[in-house]
Amino acid sequence: MLAESLALSAVLFSIGVVGVLTRRNAIIIFMCVELMLNAVNLTFIAFSRFYGATGQVFVVFVMTVAAAEAAVGLAIIISIFRHKQTVNLQNINLMKG
Amino acid sequence: MMEPHYPLFYTFHFYLFGVIAIASALTFVTRKSPVAAALWLVNTLFSLAALYVMLDAQFIGVIQVLLYAGAIMVVFLFVVMLLNLGHPSDIADAMGKWPVIVAGFIGVVLIAQLATIAGTRLLPQFQVPAGNAADDMERYGAVGSVARPLYTEYLLAFELTSVLLLVAIVGAVVLGRRRDRDAG
Repeated sequence: MLAESLALSAVLFSIGVVGVLTRRNAIIIFMCVELMLNAVNLTFIAFSRFYGATGQVFVVFVMTVAAAEAAVGLAIIISIFRHKQTVNLQNINLMKG
Repeated sequence: MMEPHYPLFYTFHFYLFGVIAIASALTFVTRKSPVAAALWLVNTLFSLAALYVMLDAQFIGVIQVLLYAGAIMVVFLFVVMLLNLGHPSDIADAMGKWPVIVAGFIGVVLIAQLATIAGTRLLPQFQVPAGNAADDMERYGAVGSVARPLYTEYLLAFELTSVLLLVAIVGAVVLGRRRDRDAG
Protein backbone atom coordinates (compact mmCIF):
# COMPACT_ATOMS: atom_id res chain seq x y z
CA MET A 1 0.00 0.00 0.00
CA LEU A 2 3.05 2.29 0.25
CA ALA A 3 3.36 2.77 -3.51
CA GLU A 4 -0.38 3.38 -3.86
CA SER A 5 -0.33 5.95 -1.04
CA LEU A 6 2.60 7.79 -2.58
CA ALA A 7 0.91 7.82 -5.99
CA LEU A 8 -2.31 9.15 -4.47
CA SER A 9 -0.33 11.77 -2.61
CA ALA A 10 1.45 12.84 -5.83
CA VAL A 11 -1.87 13.15 -7.67
CA LEU A 12 -3.49 15.19 -4.87
CA PHE A 13 -0.46 17.47 -4.61
CA SER A 14 -0.51 18.07 -8.37
CA ILE A 15 -4.24 18.84 -8.29
CA GLY A 16 -3.46 21.40 -5.59
CA VAL A 17 -0.69 22.95 -7.70
CA VAL A 18 -2.96 23.14 -10.76
CA GLY A 19 -5.63 24.78 -8.59
CA VAL A 20 -3.20 27.41 -7.32
CA LEU A 21 -2.08 28.17 -10.88
CA THR A 22 -5.52 28.32 -12.50
CA ARG A 23 -7.77 29.98 -9.95
CA ARG A 24 -8.08 33.69 -9.21
CA ASN A 25 -10.13 33.61 -6.03
CA ALA A 26 -7.70 34.05 -3.13
CA ILE A 27 -9.80 31.90 -0.77
CA ILE A 28 -9.86 28.98 -3.21
CA ILE A 29 -6.10 29.33 -3.70
CA PHE A 30 -5.71 29.04 0.06
CA MET A 31 -7.83 25.90 0.07
CA CYS A 32 -5.60 24.46 -2.70
CA VAL A 33 -2.60 25.07 -0.44
CA GLU A 34 -4.40 23.13 2.30
CA LEU A 35 -4.94 20.28 -0.18
CA MET A 36 -1.19 20.24 -0.95
CA LEU A 37 -0.37 20.13 2.77
CA ASN A 38 -2.74 17.18 3.14
CA ALA A 39 -1.06 15.35 0.27
CA VAL A 40 2.25 15.72 2.11
CA ASN A 41 0.60 14.48 5.31
CA LEU A 42 -0.53 11.35 3.48
CA THR A 43 3.10 10.70 2.51
CA PHE A 44 4.18 11.04 6.15
CA ILE A 45 1.45 8.67 7.32
CA ALA A 46 2.24 6.11 4.62
CA PHE A 47 5.93 6.09 5.55
CA SER A 48 5.17 6.02 9.27
CA ARG A 49 3.17 2.84 8.72
CA PHE A 50 6.33 1.03 7.66
CA TYR A 51 9.06 2.93 9.53
CA GLY A 52 7.58 3.68 12.96
CA ALA A 53 5.09 6.20 14.31
CA THR A 54 7.49 9.17 14.41
CA GLY A 55 6.17 10.35 11.04
CA GLN A 56 2.83 11.04 12.69
CA VAL A 57 4.52 13.64 14.91
CA PHE A 58 5.44 15.59 11.81
CA VAL A 59 1.82 15.44 10.66
CA VAL A 60 0.82 17.08 13.95
CA PHE A 61 3.34 19.86 13.27
CA VAL A 62 2.14 20.30 9.68
CA MET A 63 -1.44 20.61 10.92
CA THR A 64 -0.39 23.25 13.46
CA VAL A 65 1.38 25.25 10.79
CA ALA A 66 -1.62 24.87 8.49
CA ALA A 67 -3.93 26.20 11.19
CA ALA A 68 -1.66 29.18 11.84
CA GLU A 69 -1.32 29.82 8.11
CA ALA A 70 -5.09 29.69 7.60
CA ALA A 71 -5.69 32.16 10.45
CA VAL A 72 -3.12 34.71 9.26
CA GLY A 73 -3.87 34.21 5.55
CA LEU A 74 -7.60 34.68 5.96
CA ALA A 75 -6.99 37.77 8.11
CA ILE A 76 -4.85 39.16 5.26
CA ILE A 77 -7.62 38.35 2.77
CA ILE A 78 -10.21 40.15 4.92
CA SER A 79 -7.85 43.10 5.26
CA ILE A 80 -7.33 43.26 1.49
CA PHE A 81 -11.07 42.93 0.88
CA ARG A 82 -11.67 46.01 3.03
CA HIS A 83 -9.36 48.06 0.82
CA LYS A 84 -10.18 46.70 -2.64
CA GLN A 85 -13.67 45.15 -2.24
CA THR A 86 -12.45 42.03 -4.07
CA VAL A 87 -10.52 38.83 -3.48
CA ASN A 88 -9.78 38.35 -7.16
CA LEU A 89 -5.99 38.17 -7.36
CA GLN A 90 -6.05 39.64 -10.86
CA ASN A 91 -7.21 42.96 -9.38
CA ILE A 92 -4.81 42.97 -6.44
CA ASN A 93 -1.52 44.53 -7.50
CA LEU A 94 -0.51 46.61 -4.49
CA MET A 95 3.08 45.45 -4.75
CA LYS A 96 3.40 46.29 -8.44
CA GLY A 97 5.66 49.36 -8.75
CA MET B 1 10.73 -3.61 4.32
CA MET B 2 8.27 -6.29 3.35
CA GLU B 3 4.79 -5.43 2.20
CA PRO B 4 2.45 -7.83 3.96
CA HIS B 5 -0.37 -9.51 2.14
CA TYR B 6 -3.56 -7.48 2.27
CA PRO B 7 -7.04 -8.96 2.31
CA LEU B 8 -9.31 -8.02 -0.58
CA PHE B 9 -11.59 -6.10 1.80
CA TYR B 10 -8.72 -3.82 2.79
CA THR B 11 -7.45 -3.29 -0.75
CA PHE B 12 -10.94 -2.56 -2.07
CA HIS B 13 -11.61 0.12 0.54
CA PHE B 14 -8.17 1.61 0.14
CA TYR B 15 -8.75 2.11 -3.59
CA LEU B 16 -12.34 3.24 -2.96
CA PHE B 17 -11.28 6.05 -0.62
CA GLY B 18 -8.38 6.93 -2.90
CA VAL B 19 -10.72 7.33 -5.86
CA ILE B 20 -13.17 9.36 -3.74
CA ALA B 21 -10.32 11.61 -2.61
CA ILE B 22 -9.09 12.27 -6.17
CA ALA B 23 -12.60 12.75 -7.57
CA SER B 24 -13.51 15.20 -4.79
CA ALA B 25 -10.24 17.07 -5.26
CA LEU B 26 -10.86 17.40 -9.00
CA THR B 27 -14.41 18.62 -8.36
CA PHE B 28 -13.04 20.99 -5.73
CA VAL B 29 -10.64 22.79 -8.09
CA THR B 30 -13.25 23.12 -10.84
CA ARG B 31 -16.13 24.56 -8.73
CA LYS B 32 -16.93 28.24 -9.29
CA SER B 33 -18.58 28.88 -5.95
CA PRO B 34 -16.18 29.04 -2.98
CA VAL B 35 -18.76 27.36 -0.73
CA ALA B 36 -19.15 24.37 -3.05
CA ALA B 37 -15.35 24.17 -3.37
CA ALA B 38 -14.95 24.19 0.42
CA LEU B 39 -17.49 21.39 0.85
CA TRP B 40 -15.79 19.23 -1.80
CA LEU B 41 -12.48 19.83 -0.06
CA VAL B 42 -14.09 18.66 3.19
CA ASN B 43 -15.08 15.48 1.34
CA THR B 44 -11.45 14.99 0.26
CA LEU B 45 -10.28 15.54 3.83
CA PHE B 46 -12.78 12.98 5.14
CA SER B 47 -11.62 10.29 2.71
CA LEU B 48 -8.01 11.12 3.63
CA ALA B 49 -8.97 10.60 7.28
CA ALA B 50 -10.33 7.18 6.34
CA LEU B 51 -7.03 6.39 4.60
CA TYR B 52 -5.10 7.51 7.69
CA VAL B 53 -7.11 5.07 9.79
CA MET B 54 -6.40 2.30 7.29
CA LEU B 55 -2.67 3.16 7.45
CA ASP B 56 -2.58 2.55 11.24
CA ALA B 57 -2.74 6.23 12.21
CA GLN B 58 -6.06 6.32 14.03
CA PHE B 59 -5.20 9.31 16.20
CA ILE B 60 -4.17 11.40 13.19
CA GLY B 61 -7.40 10.35 11.45
CA VAL B 62 -9.45 11.68 14.36
CA ILE B 63 -7.39 14.88 14.46
CA GLN B 64 -7.91 15.25 10.70
CA VAL B 65 -11.70 15.17 11.09
CA LEU B 66 -11.80 17.39 14.19
CA LEU B 67 -9.17 19.93 13.25
CA TYR B 68 -9.05 20.05 9.47
CA ALA B 69 -12.54 19.18 8.33
CA GLY B 70 -14.03 20.65 11.50
CA ALA B 71 -12.09 23.74 12.51
CA ILE B 72 -10.00 24.98 9.59
CA MET B 73 -12.69 24.51 6.93
CA VAL B 74 -15.27 26.22 9.17
CA VAL B 75 -12.92 29.20 9.37
CA PHE B 76 -12.76 29.23 5.56
CA LEU B 77 -16.55 29.09 5.30
CA PHE B 78 -16.85 31.89 7.87
CA VAL B 79 -14.59 34.10 5.76
CA VAL B 80 -16.56 33.29 2.60
CA MET B 81 -19.73 34.25 4.46
CA LEU B 82 -18.15 37.43 5.86
CA LEU B 83 -16.89 38.69 2.53
CA ASN B 84 -20.23 38.28 0.73
CA LEU B 85 -18.62 37.84 -2.67
CA GLY B 86 -21.83 37.93 -4.65
CA HIS B 87 -22.97 35.41 -7.23
CA PRO B 88 -20.28 32.94 -8.35
CA SER B 89 -20.76 33.75 -12.04
CA ASP B 90 -20.07 37.43 -11.37
CA ILE B 91 -16.53 36.72 -10.23
CA ALA B 92 -14.81 35.41 -13.33
CA ASP B 93 -12.63 32.95 -11.56
CA ALA B 94 -10.67 30.54 -13.71
CA MET B 95 -7.82 31.97 -15.76
CA GLY B 96 -7.91 32.01 -19.56
CA LYS B 97 -7.25 29.07 -21.86
CA TRP B 98 -3.46 29.16 -21.99
CA PRO B 99 -2.76 29.38 -18.25
CA VAL B 100 -5.01 26.36 -17.73
CA ILE B 101 -3.13 24.35 -20.39
CA VAL B 102 0.24 25.36 -18.93
CA ALA B 103 -0.95 24.51 -15.40
CA GLY B 104 -2.21 21.12 -16.58
CA PHE B 105 1.17 20.45 -18.21
CA ILE B 106 3.01 21.44 -15.03
CA GLY B 107 0.70 19.16 -13.05
CA VAL B 108 1.43 16.18 -15.33
CA VAL B 109 5.19 16.84 -15.13
CA LEU B 110 4.92 17.07 -11.34
CA ILE B 111 3.08 13.74 -11.13
CA ALA B 112 5.75 12.14 -13.34
CA GLN B 113 8.54 13.55 -11.15
CA LEU B 114 6.91 12.46 -7.91
CA ALA B 115 6.23 8.98 -9.35
CA THR B 116 9.91 8.68 -10.31
CA ILE B 117 10.97 9.68 -6.80
CA ALA B 118 8.53 7.19 -5.28
CA GLY B 119 9.99 4.43 -7.46
CA THR B 120 13.65 4.96 -6.53
CA ARG B 121 15.41 3.09 -3.76
CA LEU B 122 16.74 4.92 -0.74
CA LEU B 123 20.50 5.28 -0.48
CA PRO B 124 21.96 3.20 2.40
CA GLN B 125 22.92 6.28 4.43
CA PHE B 126 19.32 7.49 4.27
CA GLN B 127 17.83 4.24 5.49
CA VAL B 128 15.41 4.86 8.28
CA PRO B 129 15.26 2.55 11.30
CA ALA B 130 13.10 -0.53 11.17
CA GLY B 131 9.80 -0.66 12.98
CA ASN B 132 6.27 0.14 12.06
CA ALA B 133 3.25 1.99 13.32
CA ALA B 134 1.36 -1.18 14.26
CA ASP B 135 4.14 -2.33 16.66
CA ASP B 136 4.38 1.12 18.24
CA MET B 137 0.63 1.18 18.64
CA GLU B 138 0.59 -2.22 20.29
CA ARG B 139 3.22 -1.08 22.76
CA TYR B 140 2.10 2.48 23.52
CA GLY B 141 -1.47 2.78 22.23
CA ALA B 142 -2.80 4.94 19.40
CA VAL B 143 -2.28 8.26 21.21
CA GLY B 144 0.83 7.18 23.10
CA SER B 145 2.73 6.21 19.96
CA VAL B 146 2.35 9.81 18.73
CA ALA B 147 2.72 11.48 22.12
CA ARG B 148 5.90 9.67 23.20
CA PRO B 149 8.20 11.05 20.45
CA LEU B 150 6.33 14.38 20.54
CA TYR B 151 7.13 14.97 24.22
CA THR B 152 10.64 13.48 24.21
CA GLU B 153 12.62 13.78 20.95
CA TYR B 154 10.63 16.68 19.52
CA LEU B 155 9.89 18.54 22.75
CA LEU B 156 11.74 21.68 21.64
CA ALA B 157 9.90 21.77 18.31
CA PHE B 158 6.63 21.21 20.17
CA GLU B 159 7.32 24.14 22.48
CA LEU B 160 8.26 26.31 19.50
CA THR B 161 4.88 25.57 17.88
CA SER B 162 3.25 27.32 20.83
CA VAL B 163 5.26 30.44 19.94
CA LEU B 164 4.16 30.03 16.32
CA LEU B 165 0.52 29.84 17.37
CA LEU B 166 0.93 32.93 19.57
CA VAL B 167 2.43 34.84 16.65
CA ALA B 168 -0.44 33.67 14.42
CA ILE B 169 -3.03 34.82 16.97
CA VAL B 170 -1.41 38.23 17.37
CA GLY B 171 -1.03 38.57 13.60
CA ALA B 172 -4.65 37.64 12.93
CA VAL B 173 -5.91 40.08 15.56
CA VAL B 174 -3.75 42.93 14.25
CA LEU B 175 -4.68 42.28 10.61
CA GLY B 176 -8.36 41.80 11.34
CA ARG B 177 -8.67 44.91 13.48
CA ARG B 178 -10.49 47.82 11.89
CA ARG B 179 -8.32 50.92 11.70
CA ASP B 180 -9.60 53.80 13.83
CA ARG B 181 -9.65 56.26 10.95
CA ASP B 182 -11.67 53.80 8.83
CA ALA B 183 -14.26 53.44 11.57
CA GLY B 184 -14.52 57.20 12.17
